Amino acid sequence: MKADSEARTSGEAAAAFPPGTFRPSPGRAHPLRMLAAHTRTEAILTLRHGEQALLTLIIPLGLLIGASTLLPGAVDAIVPRILALAVMSTAFTGQAIALGFDRRYGVIKRLSATALPRWVLISGRVLATLIVVALQAIVLGITAVLLGWAPPAGGLLLSIPLLVLGTVTFGAAGVLVGGILRAEIVLALANAIWFVLLLAGGLAVPPEELPGAVGILARFLPSGALAEALQAVLTSGQPPGLQPVLVLLVWGAAAGGLASRTTRPT
Amino acid sequence: MSPNADSLAVEVRGLSKRFGDTAAVAGLDLGLERGSVLALLGPNGAGKTTTVEICEGFLRPDSGRARVLGLDPVTRAEQLRPRIGVMPQGGGAYPGIHAAEMLRLVASCTADPLDPAWLLDILGLSAAGRTPYKRLSGGQQQRLSLACALVGRPELVFLDEPTAGMDPQARRLVWELIAALRADGVSVLLTTHLMDEAETLADRVVIVDQGRAVAEGTPDELTAPPHGQQELRFRSQPALDLELLLAALPEGCRATEVRSGHYVVHGAIDPQAVSTVTSWCAHHGVLAQELRVSRRSLEDVFLELTGRELRN
Ligand SMILES: Nc1ncnc2c1ncn2[C@@H]1O[C@H](COP(=O)(O)OP(=O)(O)OP(=O)(O)O)[C@@H](O)[C@H]1O
Ligand SMILES: [Mg+2]
Repeated sequence: MKADSEARTSGEAAAAFPPGTFRPSPGRAHPLRMLAAHTRTEAILTLRHGEQALLTLIIPLGLLIGASTLLPGAVDAIVPRILALAVMSTAFTGQAIALGFDRRYGVIKRLSATALPRWVLISGRVLATLIVVALQAIVLGITAVLLGWAPPAGGLLLSIPLLVLGTVTFGAAGVLVGGILRAEIVLALANAIWFVLLLAGGLAVPPEELPGAVGILARFLPSGALAEALQAVLTSGQPPGLQPVLVLLVWGAAAGGLASRTTRPT
Repeated sequence: MSPNADSLAVEVRGLSKRFGDTAAVAGLDLGLERGSVLALLGPNGAGKTTTVEICEGFLRPDSGRARVLGLDPVTRAEQLRPRIGVMPQGGGAYPGIHAAEMLRLVASCTADPLDPAWLLDILGLSAAGRTPYKRLSGGQQQRLSLACALVGRPELVFLDEPTAGMDPQARRLVWELIAALRADGVSVLLTTHLMDEAETLADRVVIVDQGRAVAEGTPDELTAPPHGQQELRFRSQPALDLELLLAALPEGCRATEVRSGHYVVHGAIDPQAVSTVTSWCAHHGVLAQELRVSRRSLEDVFLELTGRELRN
């Protein structure tokens, strides 16, 4: 009986798959090839995702155009805050939600089951976020220039490392939230935090204009710190103060350290 | 290590894993010979997926051990993963990724992958190559997942219910694929609920229940009835004289006409007994039709070992 069925299946198989078709030849690809493939996939998926695009581009762009039109002459004050918002949206909220659902759908497990090492899994996501933030910054920057924004060249240059630092810090926080909770809770929480930080975290409104304790607190939040630092370099062209940079570094290190211990594949 | 450990692609000894109060795996032993196919059969919740995930290095056992290609799957995961192919029970792709993109991503992680376009084609997914994963049908998602397990030319594949949710054509194709893998020397550990799948594909079957192996052997060994309890059935003219037959058969055999013209002989059915039956028919000048010596089906064995009741 077994012999019959064996002859039958292997007979058919011989027709469909010549011997040697699946001869084992395992091995891992060059790490940089894996990193490139993973980064490209993550970036494409972020850009393709409709809700994500709304969060990362449409809302910051709408706010930029709306606020600059309503408050003529305020574009210089608005742009740094919009850039900080774009970073927070992509690196924190977008990243957390994507990771929450990727875990839910077994993507992280699937990818760790391949030859993809852990560091590629992490760096691919980070690089993809940096690429998306760079694209956002370019689109927002060009729009702002059309609206009359004229930043000092030195400030533009200094804003690049700040954007990178902000992306990594918010990205670490996004991984922390998205890497441990259930997808639905991540969705709710990441959006709620986005909203609170936007209104009370020193993003939409500068910390010094926020009431009392909230204003003080906002200076020590990554949202307030990134907005203040970008504001400083893009208006003065001078390096940012030490305080906001330290705030970003401490948040990033704390969130990253915690995330590396709490992030679960499913 | 046992002397034949090198010939084993997967070796599991005394494996146990608890989730809170549930003993998912409780002292399981199994061995998969290199280049062969082993099927894990067991009711829902028997511990099949847990066992497979321990072997893949995703779960740490509480006690006992697993060796996969001679390596500890948890501590040596980095060395092991490039050599194995994994098809999880459901899921395993970005919801928004196109089928072809997903397969290319997995392929780009390996040194000498199969051609992703060819693999999509033979799995009938060419037309779905640009469909987002979440809009693929259940069977298409399964096929993509199988493609991802195979694309890196692994030497060992873990297939957790590979044909679940597939139509009969797709299931046939997957069976052919698994037979081709085996012919090319790939070791296969699969789980299934389909008895005919295990019977057709597996060199050895392990029946798992409540985290333990309750039976192990080739499908033939498992379905062979205990000696002296075989049965022979045939059809012929009604109301033949059974006395003569009984006298000619060995001691301990019983012969009955269960329905008009349907005869069953119980006992130790050996070649001599079959010959006795056919000569007896010849003596009556009638033909023995549909004569067969039955084995138990794998399903009978399974139900006998794991009970007929639905577990909760
Ligand atoms: N992550 C988990 N947390 C808690 N319990 C779990 C977990 N994973 C599995 N279990 C429990 O362990 C037992 C074995 O589950 P497992 O998934 O291994 O079964 P299975 O044999 O694969 O079943 P099926 O045929 O339904 O796929 C079940 O009782 C299940 O509820
Ligand atoms: Mg299972």
